[in-house]
This record gives sequence, C-alpha cells and structure tokens, in this order.
Amino acid sequence: MSVTGVREPAGLKVEGITKRFSGLTAVDKVSFEVEPGTIQALIGPNGAGKTTTFNMIAGALQPDEGDVKLDDRSLVGMRPDQICRAGVGRTFQIVRPFNELPVLENVAVGALVWTDDIDEARAYALEMLDLLGLADRREAFPGSITLPDRKCLEVARALATKPKLLLLDEVMAGLRPTETDRMVEIFRRRNRETGLTILLIEHVMRAVMALSSRVVVLNYGKVIAEGTPEEVTRDPDVLHCYLGAEEIG
Amino acid sequence: MMKRLLDGVSPRALVLLAAFAAALVAAPYVASPYVLSVLIISLYFAFVGQAWNLMIGFAGLLSLGHALFVGLGAYTSAVLFIQFSIEPWAGVCAAIAVSVLMGSVIGYLGFRFSIRGVYFALLTIAFAEFTGILVDHSGWLGGSSGLFLPVTHGNGNNVFMLRGSQSMFYYVILFLTGAALVLCRLLVSSKLGLYWLAIREDQEAAEASGVPLFRYKMIAVAISSGMTGIAGVWYAFYYNNLFPEATFSTAQSIELILGTVVGGVGTLFGPILGAFLLTPLGEVLTGLTESFDIDGIKTFFWGLCVIAIVLFRPGGIWPWLSGLLDLDGRRRRSQP
Repeated sequence: MSVTGVREPAGLKVEGITKRFSGLTAVDKVSFEVEPGTIQALIGPNGAGKTTTFNMIAGALQPDEGDVKLDDRSLVGMRPDQICRAGVGRTFQIVRPFNELPVLENVAVGALVWTDDIDEARAYALEMLDLLGLADRREAFPGSITLPDRKCLEVARALATKPKLLLLDEVMAGLRPTETDRMVEIFRRRNRETGLTILLIEHVMRAVMALSSRVVVLNYGKVIAEGTPEEVTRDPDVLHCYLGAEEIG
Repeated sequence: MMKRLLDGVSPRALVLLAAFAAALVAAPYVASPYVLSVLIISLYFAFVGQAWNLMIGFAGLLSLGHALFVGLGAYTSAVLFIQFSIEPWAGVCAAIAVSVLMGSVIGYLGFRFSIRGVYFALLTIAFAEFTGILVDHSGWLGGSSGLFLPVTHGNGNNVFMLRGSQSMFYYVILFLTGAALVLCRLLVSSKLGLYWLAIREDQEAAEASGVPLFRYKMIAVAISSGMTGIAGVWYAFYYNNLFPEATFSTAQSIELILGTVVGGVGTLFGPILGAFLLTPLGEVLTGLTESFDIDGIKTFFWGLCVIAIVLFRPGGIWPWLSGLLDLDGRRRRSQP
C-alpha cells in the first residue's frame, strides 16, 4: 500500500472464458489482457457479451470454461466480495445505489473493505465524493440526486474499495457531452496520479477514444478485433458489424 | 462508545428519552398491579420486537417464526430448571445457545441455498411450526397439556433465580429492553450495521462492494435469535406455564412483530413505540370482548391496524412522529 492510500495497480488476464446460458453461448472463449496502469475499453454491439464478461471477472457469474487472473492470481471460484477484496472494483450498468442510505454512507460501505473503523471509512468516502464532485450532496439520498450524480456515486463507491483494477460498465451512458468530458477527466487523472488500471465497457465513443490506450471489440460473444482505438475504428470487421458502414470519430 | 451512542442524537430526543426512561423506572411505585402488568407485556413485546427488527429492519431478513426462539428459550430454561434444578441465570446461557443454534441452522439453509424474501419467511414459519408439533408430542416437555414451573412464595426477590414480585419481573424486562436499545444503536452505527443496511438495500451491490453476505446475514440471525431466546427465559419464569400451541404458533409470531410493524420497521424506537401503543389497545379490546361477548374483535382490530398503517404510514408511526416532534436529525431510517 503506497503513501497515497491506494494500492499498486494490477494487470488482468482473461484466458478463454466461456459462458453458456441454456444453449446460447453468450461469451465464447474470450481472451484479452489489460496491462497494469492502463485504461482499456471493451466495446461491441448490444448483446455482444460485454456485461457477461464483466460479471465473470467480478465473480457475479462463474465462467463455464477459462480463467481470469488478477496479477497471475486466479479469480475463478471466488465470491464477488472476495474478488472486491482482491482488488477489483466495479460499477453496474444500471446504477444500484443503497437507496435508503445517504450518499456518504453509500460510499463508506465500499471503504469498509479495508478498514473496520467507520469514521475512517467515512473520511475516505468523503475524499472520493470530493474527487467526483459530489461532496456537497453527501447528506442527500440517492433518489434525490440526478442520474449523472448517481453514476458518480457508483464510481465513488467502487473507488472507495481502493481497487487495483476498476471495471466501469457504461458509466457515461445517458450523460451529456460536458458531463462525459468531466468524467473522462476524472478517470484520466485518477489513472495518471495513482496508476489505477481501468477496464471500461462503453458505447460513448467520445469517451472510448479519449480514455483508452487499447480497445477490445466483442461481437456475438467473440473477440473480433483488438488494438489501439485508431486501429480498431479502421478495422473493416468492426465497421461492418458494430458501427455499421458509417465512420465514427 | 458513548460518543458512538450519542452521536447525531438531538438534545431534544435525549431529554424525551430520559423522561420516558424515568417514568418507566418510577412506574412500579405509582402504577396499580394491573397497569404494571400491561407495562410488563408492553416491554416484553418491545424487547422481542427489537430483536426481530435487527433482522428485518437492518439486514432485510424477514422472519415470521420468531415465536420459535421465544419457545426454545422458554422450554430450554424451564426444562433445565424442572428436570435438573438448573437455575435460570445458568439456564439462560443454554437457552441462548439453543436459540442461536436453531437460528444458525435456519440461516445456513436459507442463505446457502439463496432462499430470499418471503421464501425465507416460509422457512422460518416451517421451523417454528414443526418445533411446536415436536414439543406437542413430547411427554418429557409436557406435551400439549403444557409445562408448569413450580411457584414458590415468600422467598423475596432473586433476580438470578427469576423468582420474586411483579416489580422484579418488570425491572428485569425494563433492563433488557433498555439494553437492547443501546445494543441496537451501537450495532447500527458500526461497520456491522452499515453492512446490514447495505445488504437490506441491495444484496448484489453490497457483495460487489466487498460485503460477505453469508457471514453478515448469519450474524444478524444469531444476534436476533439469541436475544429472542433471552426473552423466552423471562417469559417462562414470568408466566410459569408453557403450552406448545400458544408458544410456537405462527399467530404468536405475528403478534410478536405487529408492534414493530406499526411502530416502524428499521427504526430504533419503532418496536418500543409500537409495543406501547398496541399492547394497551389490545387490553382495552380484550376487555370489550369480555363485556360485549364479541369473539375475535381483537384480531379483527389488529388486522385493521395493519391495513391502516400500510395505507397511511407505510414506514410506521415512529418516523412520522419523530418528524413531528423534530427528533430525527438528518439521517432517515439508517440512524433514526
């Protein structure tokens, strides 16, 4: 644990994971790697298996085949809370705040992973809220704050666990471009200052292009392309199946 | 610890709480034996209600079989006393152990196999009902004709023997209720409590934030069933008779929790307020039943009570009342 109060970033290796749902293969032998301290995106059309892949990394689903490794330590078979303790923080595609708890307490739950002292947890939670620009809403209940703020709350709660790897599931969806830019800046700064490894699922290409050094493209449960954002967006397969014929930028 | 206990509690609430506590402490000196007996039953329901509230109100685990733990505590301590002359101060340890063990078995089955919500409630009902049937058919436990504790007169008050005057039983249950309030307050303002609330709000999100669901749910069930077992010991020695049907039935379980539902699930003071509202009302209604000979009016009225609460005060009376009296600070439900 470093002096800045965060943990060393970790690398992620996904090795041939497969998930079948009664005959449908949602994720089919997907393999990719995320280097420690980098930001990588996982993109693909709806139903491509992105969230299923996330759920297998975070332990919400067990892969039928394959392995997931955080710094060479296998995560398969561990419960979601153990994986969280191991250093994987995540957000949910559809926000899942603790509705009857104030914003600050929501985030403090995350910090209790590494401390038993509730005051210390609250203090760190406040730091995270400050980082996300939510500190003045700490007494509010999640139901009374805006959707972008609730997205920030999810991120703050995940960051409070002091993750070595942060999984972001469409946190930019539904945000206005200025809000997206603000969020992008927060992640970029967090990555730069603490070296946090980030894997994000994102449809907002503006964010993908701005943030990620590498992009993995999924379609029908398979990896169809991998590379820098520029390479991927020039890939004919990607253009065909995911983006349609139109160029993006 | 004092800081944790009082942090965020408004002075106004403290004054009212102190006045309420003082009135309760003074009650045996002024109240008639009848009024005192009503207060005793109110406190009993308040205590069990707090234990039940730990599970449903804080950890979101619905038990509709809490009479089981009262019964286990009562029968364990009574049998130890009758058959082996083991006194209640020692019997209470066995009673807690048996209740916690049974709670843990139910919890293990429920949580290992991910039985949630009403299905978990059904599991608690099933265990309460079949334990009742077992006791009903056990001659050693008195069977359906009941188990009776020998009553001795004129030996003065002995708290460790749970033998003495009505006032002594009153102070014992008052102490238990007060201790439960302090315990609940400490728990809910700790890591344990925040983890429970997170589980109550959203299991998956809690688990993804590092909350070990199984362990924390088991702790909730263990504490709740243990507390309720203690109530059972008090119950056995206060009433001196135990009948399986009356002790373990689902109707009994419902009666135990009704006050808390009316007072406010998930609040610290709801179980106490609810018990002090419903018990005297129940007494009045029982009186009406006797004078006008209308059977079932008490049950009927309590049904109306629940409907009224669900319709008009879905969160219970306490959140509304404390808002009215301006008692709750900023934190609703989580730190009432």
